[in-house]
Amino acid sequence: MTGPPLWLLLELTYRCPLHCVYCYNPTEFARTGAELPTADWIRVLREARALGAVQLGLSGGEPLEREDLETIVAEAHTLGYYINLITSGVGLSEARIAALKVAGLDHIQLSFQDSTRELNDFLSSTRTFELKARVAALIRAHDYPMVLNVVLHRLNIDHVGEILDMAERLGAQYVELANTQYYGWAWLNRQQLLPSRAQLERAEAVTQRFRERVAGSIQVYFVVPDYFERRPKACMGGLGSVFLGIAPDGTAMPCHAARMLPGLELPNVRAADLRTIWYDSEAFNRFRGEGWMKEPCRSCPERAQDFGGCRCQAYLLTGDATNTDPVCDLSPHHHLVTEAVARADSVAAATAPSEHVLVFRDHRTSIAVVPGEAPRVVGGLGTQRT
Amino acid sequence: MNELTDTVKPAIARGMRLQWEPAQEAHVLLYPEGMVKLNGSAGAILSRCDGVRTLADIVADLERAYDTSGLLEEVRAFVTMALEKRWLELRA
Repeated sequence: MTGPPLWLLLELTYRCPLHCVYCYNPTEFARTGAELPTADWIRVLREARALGAVQLGLSGGEPLEREDLETIVAEAHTLGYYINLITSGVGLSEARIAALKVAGLDHIQLSFQDSTRELNDFLSSTRTFELKARVAALIRAHDYPMVLNVVLHRLNIDHVGEILDMAERLGAQYVELANTQYYGWAWLNRQQLLPSRAQLERAEAVTQRFRERVAGSIQVYFVVPDYFERRPKACMGGLGSVFLGIAPDGTAMPCHAARMLPGLELPNVRAADLRTIWYDSEAFNRFRGEGWMKEPCRSCPERAQDFGGCRCQAYLLTGDATNTDPVCDLSPHHHLVTEAVARADSVAAATAPSEHVLVFRDHRTSIAVVPGEAPRVVGGLGTQRT
Repeated sequence: MNELTDTVKPAIARGMRLQWEPAQEAHVLLYPEGMVKLNGSAGAILSRCDGVRTLADIVADLERAYDTSGLLEEVRAFVTMALEKRWLELRA
């Protein structure tokens, strides 16, 4: 039986002052429809709460780009949500952080790109490192729980020790070391971002030593990049199980990346109420249960644990969203993953400098990217863009 | 951790929130990007941890509410576990 959408994520806008090379937003974000107005977001909050949603993520893009963020937070608080703001920190002034507290915001997750100004600013293509440190101090001063989030990849994973020390200095209660998941912009940049196995093992060892030293005073989550696993992640706890995401234009999604899945006609909150969308729409029912599965998933004793892994990853790597996630070593496509890892290992072992071409997430690039093809607009490592 | 005395005053830890969720017919504990769905006895204990009542008060209240006795050790064990998980903290 289908339960309620306990976790509601509102991607309030795709606008973002940062241009991160691993952003999971759709590469064609600049071609999506207009953002929902305040009244529609409030209706979504009410309908989802009536269904049983209780954890609310406010994300984007950068949610602080919305001037009505405080209004949305206040309504969500009145409805009884636990409200998480997922932000780069850009735009989080003293006045706004105080207003959000009054409105009822529960928690702030602040992203850093690295422990060094140089790499933080390069990876986000902005000068934001000092700003983020100031925002971290504001978060503490206003008594919010702080989660510091750093997306890890080949270019910063060797700095994990310094990143953890920075988190401790900034007073974070939780640290998420989230290895890049390869969707959206990160998929375009996979060759440049995938770490080697040796890098990953070093980072895990450093993280474990830090955990032992801080003895529970800071909780550290280390999200392993699934390319290095032999079984896939139980993506979203199964599509259509607990997660409901709403894109800036009102598109309702059973996972953050579901817009990419071909043939999945995602409903829009402008046209249907959430109860109908969650329980009755074809898109939300497509990957519920096990009826959609192919072999080897269909007869696998582990199918109820991982639900066949990630549909978007199956599609990106094999071209068919109903295939077993190739991360699984029972998948006939598993070699696609091991080959990518082997390439990353060989790049790491090479002594000659290799060419890096990174695609930064921005409006201009988004327009130029043709789904399934290499982007025509690129930025290069070492080119400081303004 | 030494055994808790029955004069400690447990409270829901800062950054955590306890609330009743009709859709789940359960108390839930909410924290940054996470949620614990509590069973009946866990919900009954945590909803009495207000930083004012002592462990002894909480036990007495539960024994009255459920018309039973001898709950001290069970409640002490749960509160100890919840402190370790940082669901609860002690107030002066």
